[in-house]
Amino acid sequence: MVSAMPAMAAPAVSESRGVRGLLIGISVAFLSVFILAPLALIFATAFGHGILPYLRSFANPDTLSAIRLTLLAAAIAVPANLVFGVAAAWAIGKFEFVGKTLLISLIDLPFSVSPVVAGLTYVLIFGAQGLLGPWLSAHGVQIIFAIPGIVLVTIFVTVPFIARELLPLIAVQGNEEEEAALTLGANGWQTFLKVTLPNVKWALLYGVILCNARAMGEFGAVSVVSGHIRGLTDTMPLQIEVLYNDYQFVPAFALASLLALLALATLVVKSLVEWRAGNLQGENA
Amino acid sequence: MSIAVRGITKRFGGFTALESVDLDIPRGKLVALLGPSGSGKTTLLRIVAGLEIPDAGKVQFDGEDVGSRSVRERRVGFVFQHYALFRHMTVFENVAFGLRVRPRKLRPSAARIRERVGELLDLIQLQTQAERYPSQLSGGQRQRVALARALAVEPSVLLLDEPFGALDAKVRVELRRWLRQLHDEVGVTSVFVTHDQDEALEVADQVAVMNRGRIEQVGTPDEVYHRPATSFVYNFLGNVNLFHGRIDDGTTRIHEEETGHLVFVRPHALEIGRQPTGANHFRATIKHINAAGPFVKVETVTEWGATVHVEMAQERFRAMALRKGEQIFVTPRDVAVFSDERRSVSA
Repeated sequence: MVSAMPAMAAPAVSESRGVRGLLIGISVAFLSVFILAPLALIFATAFGHGILPYLRSFANPDTLSAIRLTLLAAAIAVPANLVFGVAAAWAIGKFEFVGKTLLISLIDLPFSVSPVVAGLTYVLIFGAQGLLGPWLSAHGVQIIFAIPGIVLVTIFVTVPFIARELLPLIAVQGNEEEEAALTLGANGWQTFLKVTLPNVKWALLYGVILCNARAMGEFGAVSVVSGHIRGLTDTMPLQIEVLYNDYQFVPAFALASLLALLALATLVVKSLVEWRAGNLQGENA
Repeated sequence: MSIAVRGITKRFGGFTALESVDLDIPRGKLVALLGPSGSGKTTLLRIVAGLEIPDAGKVQFDGEDVGSRSVRERRVGFVFQHYALFRHMTVFENVAFGLRVRPRKLRPSAARIRERVGELLDLIQLQTQAERYPSQLSGGQRQRVALARALAVEPSVLLLDEPFGALDAKVRVELRRWLRQLHDEVGVTSVFVTHDQDEALEVADQVAVMNRGRIEQVGTPDEVYHRPATSFVYNFLGNVNLFHGRIDDGTTRIHEEETGHLVFVRPHALEIGRQPTGANHFRATIKHINAAGPFVKVETVTEWGATVHVEMAQERFRAMALRKGEQIFVTPRDVAVFSDERRSVSA
């Protein structure tokens, strides 16, 4: 319908062309300078001497070991947080219990604590002079400056990702479909697998992706507990630092390009997930 | 299967949802739990299903206590108010769910499941929608899928929570007639919860009227409508005018002041005349006339300032040529008297 009064025809929330252009310009400029340019620089430096030096960077045994260690830490931290995240989101979303608010705050804690502080806490607990240190070393278990420590802090810093993604969704969906499944004769496990899980699968996938990206990219906390033993306890981010400090720019940036690719892949999957979830939402409307 | 509810009490924090409720649901009958929101009807239904645990009392199926049986062991078909269809499954998968989750030994073959689901989709007239998702269906279609899904497991009882609550007026009426037909075909003992008296009176064999966690009256629609046991039932089932009254020599007289007796008169049981008739008439002024619909609704105000609603036949209204602002006499033809709001003194 065309309004007789032009002033009424314009949407209430609308800015002039100039303001719109300015806002878009600021956003694009900011993102270009602070995000796009560094990203481009990583690849530019990594391939600065051609493709062969780039590929040769991965022949370094220390670099290969760092990649393996990072994959190992992520391979343990992500499933651990998957189980914990689903359990916690389920408990918080579906039940009422004492200490629920505390549990939610605890899940968020790794977001608010500096990773370095998190790493130091683990040193204070498991380190040689730490709380459990003497007992652990008496039994021949080394956690700090070893792989177990790296895995532990990785789990710590990635705790919130999956639980946080699932929580709002599970809380909104309520119990009705689960109750329906129970009245139809499904047991608890069938209900979870066939009803609850399919309903949250996209959020779950997104949570796993974020969790994985963080697990592989974590620097601060891992740096404190790793001890920087080359070829043994250096993860990818730590190895990048080592190479960079040795002025080996191409290998450093080549390794960094892998993490950057991981970030890009995460973005692509995230967009796919959101697009897919948006489609489903549209169908439900 | 028959259901017996004995002394069921349920509290949520400080709120008493059900207070020592007894109810018998005979085998093969369609029973309505009717009451305003917060009267405890849905809680009672969920307790029968095993979705809620009562604080006291027991539920018996065919005389057997089912308190220790879980939801899945009770074999009830439950239709949720908002259908609770599995949104990521097609109509076919939704209906097949109950058969697919059976333990391997009891699970029908894939071919048998297809056949059974096909029969049910025929029953609900949604054969062509088998591959659709719930979000692609209308409200009435979703409701029918929810029913088929509940019937697929051949439940011993069918429990429906406000089955038509979320539907448009027209679909509601169609669907409730269809439910009645379906019940007559399938014959499974069914209980449905509703706050709509028309729905309960039209569909059910028996109506249990609930109020504040108690059952006020159980009876056939005819009984609860024409012989309400309490003032609440009278009030809830249809429109009503409330007066104070006094009983002289067995006849009820309407009074201006409080008397301890409450007199209820349905709008269609009041007669409007230009001359006083009978001993029990009172004077009133016509405030508003609504002539749309099968009856003419006349809103009048008595001399003591109370609003009284009268319904009269179109023919009579036209013959009398009533006008707004006119002074008339109102005579009750049929009254119900309750003392202290609970017991009926005379009907």
